[in-house]
Amino acid sequence: MPVLAAAIVLALACLGAVAFTPDLRRALRRRRARLGRPRPYTFDPGRERRAEVKARRLLRSVVGEDAFAMYSELGFIRVGGGHGGYGYLLYPHRSIIAFDQRSGALLNEYCVGFPDSSDPASGSRLPDSDDVLAKWMALRGDERRLIADANMHLPGRHVDPGQVQRDLLRLRAWEGQRRRAAQ
Amino acid sequence: MKPGHGDVLLAEGDVELAEDERRLVEEFRCQLDQGMWAAVPGSDAGGRHEAAMVRSFEEIPRDAERVIFFPRAAGG
Repeated sequence: MPVLAAAIVLALACLGAVAFTPDLRRALRRRRARLGRPRPYTFDPGRERRAEVKARRLLRSVVGEDAFAMYSELGFIRVGGGHGGYGYLLYPHRSIIAFDQRSGALLNEYCVGFPDSSDPASGSRLPDSDDVLAKWMALRGDERRLIADANMHLPGRHVDPGQVQRDLLRLRAWEGQRRRAAQ
Repeated sequence: MKPGHGDVLLAEGDVELAEDERRLVEEFRCQLDQGMWAAVPGSDAGGRHEAAMVRSFEEIPRDAERVIFFPRAAGG
């Protein structure tokens, strides 16, 4: 009797293996393919927020208190051009705006980004403050190289010139206020 | 600087110690091989905040406190 039971179990196992092995193989192949593929990007507000907090801390430590206050209060940083007479406004994830420091006339837009595709799960976009810092360091360190890598457009291509003019007025007022407060 | 992370510490050490310097050189080359740019923040004689872009480990001032790697610029 036990021999008969064992034979029945063995027969059922053989039938099961014949019936399900192709499905099991397919499932295992799919699982292996899934594990080998990089995880797709999913927006995680908590992760982005934590990254931005770190990025702001780094920005502050590199650009100094004045420039960081400008960024915190106005939303952009002004950088002087290397050859005098002109400057740049650095906004997060927007074109770099070149302008005449005396007249405030807008000169050009330089469209440039710092994409990083090394970890698809985290996306390719730097936190806002890291993007501004990357522009700041690249302009300070090698203005020609950054400008050469950027796509140059006339003002108004990506950023509203009216908004930039208002930002320049806000900047002047902000600097005047700080000068008066320092006296 | 990395998307989704902010700044991440890659390596640290004292360039005066041979073993540390070897590790730092290795990490520096690895980052540049991955296409990153490297900048050394600092300040000029007048106290103005500055940054210098460096393309080789030898260009980094020996007294630099840190080197920041960030993705290279691409026209948008």
